[in-house]
Amino acid sequence: MRKEQSMNAYHFSFCDTLCHALPSGALYLPDDKVLCVSDLHLGKSERIARRSGVMLPPYEVQETLQKLERDIVATGPDCVICLGDSFDDLDAAASLDEDMQLWLARLQAGKRWIWIEGNHDPGPVDLGGMHLNETRIGTLTFRHIATADSGEISGHYHPKHRVTGRSRPAFLFDKERLIMPAYGAYTGGLSSQSADLRRLFSKPIMAIMTGHKAIPAPVR
Amino acid sequence: MSTLPPKFQNWFASRGWDIHPHQQQMLDLTHDPALMLIAPTGGGKTLAGFLPTLIALQDGDHRGLHTLYVSPLKALAADIKRNLRTPVAEMSLPIRIEDRTGDTSYTQKRRQRADPPHVLLTTPESLALLTSYEDAPHIFKGLQRIIVDEIHALAESKRGDQLMLALSRLQSLAPDMRRVGLSATVEDPAAIARELAPHPAECTIINADPGPDPDIAMLVTDEKPPWSGGGAKYAIPAVLEEVKRHKTTLIFHNTRAQAEIFFHSLWLANTDDLPIGIHHGSLAREQREKVESAMVAGHLRAIVCTGSLDLGIDWGDVDLVIQVGAPKNVKRLVQRIGRANHRYNAPSKALLVPANRFEVVECVAALEAVKAHDLDGDPKGPGPRDVLCQHILITACAGPFDADTLYQEVTSVGAYAALTRADFDDCLDFCATGGYALRAYDKWKRLLQRPDGQWQLRDPRAAQRIRMNIGTIQDTDTLKVRLKGNFKPLGEVEEAFAATLTPGDTFLIGGQVVRYESLKEMTVQVSRRADKKPKIATFMGTKFANSTQLSQRILRMFDQPDWPNLPAHTAEWLALQRRYSKMPEADRILVESFPHEGRHHICVYGFAGRNAMQTLGMLLTQRMEEEGLHPMGFVATDYATLIWGLDPVTDPAPLFKGDNIRADFETWLSGNAVMKKTFRGAATIAGLIERNLPQARKSGRQATFSSDILYDTLSKYDPDHLMLQITREEAMRGLVDFGRIEEMLTRTEGRIDHLILDRVTPLSLPMFLEMGRVSVAGAAQERILEEEAARLMDAAGVTQL
Repeated sequence: MRKEQSMNAYHFSFCDTLCHALPSGALYLPDDKVLCVSDLHLGKSERIARRSGVMLPPYEVQETLQKLERDIVATGPDCVICLGDSFDDLDAAASLDEDMQLWLARLQAGKRWIWIEGNHDPGPVDLGGMHLNETRIGTLTFRHIATADSGEISGHYHPKHRVTGRSRPAFLFDKERLIMPAYGAYTGGLSSQSADLRRLFSKPIMAIMTGHKAIPAPVR
Repeated sequence: MSTLPPKFQNWFASRGWDIHPHQQQMLDLTHDPALMLIAPTGGGKTLAGFLPTLIALQDGDHRGLHTLYVSPLKALAADIKRNLRTPVAEMSLPIRIEDRTGDTSYTQKRRQRADPPHVLLTTPESLALLTSYEDAPHIFKGLQRIIVDEIHALAESKRGDQLMLALSRLQSLAPDMRRVGLSATVEDPAAIARELAPHPAECTIINADPGPDPDIAMLVTDEKPPWSGGGAKYAIPAVLEEVKRHKTTLIFHNTRAQAEIFFHSLWLANTDDLPIGIHHGSLAREQREKVESAMVAGHLRAIVCTGSLDLGIDWGDVDLVIQVGAPKNVKRLVQRIGRANHRYNAPSKALLVPANRFEVVECVAALEAVKAHDLDGDPKGPGPRDVLCQHILITACAGPFDADTLYQEVTSVGAYAALTRADFDDCLDFCATGGYALRAYDKWKRLLQRPDGQWQLRDPRAAQRIRMNIGTIQDTDTLKVRLKGNFKPLGEVEEAFAATLTPGDTFLIGGQVVRYESLKEMTVQVSRRADKKPKIATFMGTKFANSTQLSQRILRMFDQPDWPNLPAHTAEWLALQRRYSKMPEADRILVESFPHEGRHHICVYGFAGRNAMQTLGMLLTQRMEEEGLHPMGFVATDYATLIWGLDPVTDPAPLFKGDNIRADFETWLSGNAVMKKTFRGAATIAGLIERNLPQARKSGRQATFSSDILYDTLSKYDPDHLMLQITREEAMRGLVDFGRIEEMLTRTEGRIDHLILDRVTPLSLPMFLEMGRVSVAGAAQERILEEEAARLMDAAGVTQL
């Protein structure tokens, strides 16, 4: 790990597994050399244009892959898990630009790459890597939407947390589950205070805010 | 000279009226393609506008729409409908008059499209919507006249640009259409006339007798105005006395929050139980309508209000206008004063109430400007391109169009007369493909060019969405406020304000103190709570910057050897400033350095207006951060910027080098919050971002994301994109106001007076109490966030789970 990255990441233990929350919103498990990112929502601008005619700046795939590349270079993982909603829908996955496909292939080279299915991309996509419903690493289960299981890492909700008036995408976790922030460039978020999120956790709940530096804070 | 038809002569005679000279002139010139009337409120402006229509329609021969009336306010349209009813009924004219606004029922609207009335009263947004329908040619066939009321108010904003674009469309559908503008007194009537007339046609300007000069003074109280703040609470007893002495008083405030606080205090002091109401844009429609009808019925002695009552609605017998807080702009003040005494030829009576010591100076300067008939205003830039983009989309909704024809139409609008074909094509390309350097949307274009060269919507269903987003009014995201268990909303607060509330917090709305209970389905649930001091709602009240002309007047006043024209308390204050520091001068920048509460402060007097002084604060703190001076924050007013930090500034001169400031400005501009806000406005108008419609917000939990992300992405990957060009252009004039920083630098040419003092100076004192402090972003902010998070961690007793 590069020095700067290691300084700005937050190290903690979750279900007896050492975790590094990166300021970008990725999670790195140093013992297993696994890098996990959730809710990339690649192709979102394409899907919005197709559906509504509104044409957002078509640069979010580039922006997201660039961020992912930086994290991969910094951590050097053996395995990358994309925790669902990697694509905004299956058509968006199918119509990914050729140079973006090549970029993805470059990132995948030499590592295990797991696409977990999400509600936006419920099915295999025509890209390299494994397509799974869920996967296990050590004692941890990785799936898109949280269940009642313990030792679970999921995504889907795009949690955000607010301290001193500033709201940022955040990891949320308690003793049993961890929910990842959305990693994609064009993603909004759901407040850590919302009922939908609160009912998934039992106290004490922790948040790790992303940004320039991963900063932990308790959720009250 | 055209004489009145007998029916009309009799009617005038029966009321004991003579036709006003300007009404006669309007009648004589009724066939001119464009006419503009400038008349004070109460000058028979409406009748002057409608008289030619009433005469033309007296025979009952005309089929369909004859006259379209457009006003900036829905309420004004309803008011005019009421006022026209009298002559129409009394002369038994066969004329159908209807209004059409956002409040008109769906069935009524459908019927109006199929069978338009003779006279339709509407707003720019409703008109734009009408032109987007496929049956627009049918609706507007035979249209003879369009009357644009309060055109001076519309001309100040993008609503005016949208309206003029709609007019260009109407002119093609109804070539006989003549245009009439009705305006209050303005500094440059010719500029507005040029926008009204179809380019390059001439527009005759008719000036009504402006009537006697207003009777206007500053309210003098025994109590001294405070050093800072906008509440003017000290003046409550004196204001109540004035209300008692007059029949009906309008009490204007510059912001909604100030109106709320003042109303609350006024109510507490109102031991005689005088009927007093409050009216501002954040209140629920029902609330506002209640106040409006009570006002018309003469049941209220006073109304505490904001700009929402600014326009020429006839509220009955107002005999006094009170302006609380310094008027930032002399023209607006004159227009507000015009609200008092609706009788022609009687002077309007008005009182200015300075909210703090500095505003005393501003009020006196404004009074002198009114006496000198010295109105102010900044020249407007060319027609904004975001509005043009929306116009192109609206045109596409109505059916296939030809680009050459549309370009002809658009350049017939005064503000767009100089628009190049290349600029037009950029806007068309933006609407069709998004206009990105990366041509990503070939498959999903919004507009397609057909084989015959005409443009049309790729998906006709898109018309529905485009129509829902018509309009140029910038609304911040607001949430409805409701009493718990009650369906009727009290009003609205900004979403950002709601986010700062925790259960138990109290705030003021509609003059009541309420307690925040919970947020439920995008509604703020509250309960009544009268016993607690309220935490104040920061409504989005537009803070206007002092006009250049007013700032110059203040500086000239500062130059006086003494101040016999100011109240003693204020003159003494300025004398103290002169003794302990020095007075700011027009051709120099004064910089004071002094310590206060363990921090080093500098106060920079630039008199460039609030927005520019705010920008200057950002630029100076950025440069100070680079020089390792650890600035921590700043606050800006119309006349100065106060900066505090960990280290002293020993030599401020380099900070103000024009080249430095300009270079810093370039870097600063791209990452700036003001730019992001401006971008959001422009992108919404141009159709890049859809408005946050209530139904969409309910369902679209994490579907919506901040427009800041779009701004950042676009800046990074497509810096020359049309939206960024528009954003820049606009911010330079508006919220960033770099133009006035340039003006300040030219005016002072590097002449900087730096005074190192050992304590807070008299003139800087109010700055310490000013709201709206900005903390410097960057390392310091990260540190504060981190420290606060760590403190919370400690307090919670958890460092690891």
